[in-house]
Amino acid sequence: MNGEVPLRIAVLGAGHVGTVIARLAGQAGYSVSVATSGDPEEIALTIQVLAPGAEPRKAADAVAGADIVIVAIPLHEFKRLDPDLLTGKVVVDMMNYWPAVNGYLESFARKDLTSSEIVARRLAGSRVVKTLNHLGYHQLDEESRPAADPERRALGVAGDDPAAVELVAGFVERIGFDAVRIGDLHAGRLLEPDGFVFGRPLNRAEFARALGILAA
Amino acid sequence: MTSQFSSPVFGLDTFGDLNHEQGRPASHAQTIRNVVEQGVLAEEVRVDFFGIGEHHTEDFPMPAGDVVLAAIAARTSRIRVGSAVTVLSSDDPVRVFQRFSTLHALSNGRAEVILGRGSSIESFPLFGFDLADYEQLFEEKTELFAELVKRGPVTWSGHTRAALNGQDIVPHIELGTLPVWIGVGGSPYSVIRAARHGFSLMLAIIGGSPARFAPFSELFRQALAKFGQEPRPIGVHSPGHVAETDEQARDEFWPAYRDIITRLGPSRGFPVPTPDFYEREVGPRGALYVGSPETVARKIAENLPVLGANRFDLKFGMPGMSQTSLMKNVELYGTRVIPRVRELLGAASLA
Repeated sequence: MNGEVPLRIAVLGAGHVGTVIARLAGQAGYSVSVATSGDPEEIALTIQVLAPGAEPRKAADAVAGADIVIVAIPLHEFKRLDPDLLTGKVVVDMMNYWPAVNGYLESFARKDLTSSEIVARRLAGSRVVKTLNHLGYHQLDEESRPAADPERRALGVAGDDPAAVELVAGFVERIGFDAVRIGDLHAGRLLEPDGFVFGRPLNRAEFARALGILAA
Repeated sequence: MTSQFSSPVFGLDTFGDLNHEQGRPASHAQTIRNVVEQGVLAEEVRVDFFGIGEHHTEDFPMPAGDVVLAAIAARTSRIRVGSAVTVLSSDDPVRVFQRFSTLHALSNGRAEVILGRGSSIESFPLFGFDLADYEQLFEEKTELFAELVKRGPVTWSGHTRAALNGQDIVPHIELGTLPVWIGVGGSPYSVIRAARHGFSLMLAIIGGSPARFAPFSELFRQALAKFGQEPRPIGVHSPGHVAETDEQARDEFWPAYRDIITRLGPSRGFPVPTPDFYEREVGPRGALYVGSPETVARKIAENLPVLGANRFDLKFGMPGMSQTSLMKNVELYGTRVIPRVRELLGAASLA
């Protein structure tokens, strides 16, 4: 960030995924707030211990001041998220439609669209970027590495808005992963649960080879 | 860190992993009878706890582990017996309490229950529950279970089962209390939930670095204090296999581990395990306790203090392994691993 004002990150969700992302973002020097649908006080102790430095806030307050909003809730809870809350925001969708794990969801059970495209249709006023979804939270926690570390892993980044993709790719890089731009949200299919890279920690070259694309 | 509790506790857990003999699957019935023999042997070699995890599949034909625990209890007198885990969310808390209070009676107070989700989700469609309701089911049913173990008439209402209005649930716990644990695989909400109800915390560490869970122990301790609860034990549940040598243990465990993870992969999001991946998990920073008694003992003794835990339950066996190797594992765990861990921990605490 070279002396610039650090970006502000809002993490929606304080479960196993949200706390890991909040911790990684805090360690990378971002200003981080975490929110759930409930009272910030309910997650205060969890955040204090698991993501020290991050601030528990009400969702509206966390989002209002954020440059990037990371949605770290289970997909079946997505219907409870108010799209108006996220209007005008760059939103990272790290959710997965994974029926075997989270159950069947009528609104996501269509083959012609990726889960992130369906998310983006509902969040019509936001710029949605898909990433952080294809490694497990424990892998994100353990595999974060500085740039140029030979063990550094790649994360695919997909989105329809190039500026939003760049902003999020910068975030991915800074929290310890190589960002590989793979195209628009439709191309994000490659990152979904039945895809080859899902659950596999791969370096940039392996990742690009697996997807049959050139590393961006 | 573990000073408020007495001597560390060492257990063995099984999911009723389907046995194979001479490369062919044993029957479900034989596998279940084999588990009883493992439990009886565990007592003979002075293991402290024998746990059975609820599963509903061909690979793990163990949906009624409490019945099997009762058979073990009837043939033993010292070892504690319990679930690892009971999938409370797809069960009726009243029935779970009744089954385990009955086991407590049969075993003269040796029963425990570990509540959780496990990695098993088959019970949800089987019993007509929606996984999307998981959080509410677990939250409400845990709350009811906390009321049930307090003794006395229970009044409770919620959305996930019929209300109770001053009902007395039998059989009563005869002596002491029924120990209740919450098995946690990664959700901070479950850590908080365990603390709020004054239950103990069982960290289920089945992949990756055990040290990653240390902040959960810290969260648990702080949450207990916040809710005004007494300090409660923290345990670790991890998979592994013990044989005479590292090489033998790794060779026996690997094909079974590779095959089951490969088979479950598509529905659970596990990639096909490579030999490299296995090496990492078996190594000092992985979650698998596979090796000679010395190797496994050292790994346990290293991780318990890091995690602030004073209990370790080894989930032994995998579908496809033979009863002979499982019995050997039980024997070595009791006769060699446990005494060695106690020795190592004792030396560390004196240092």
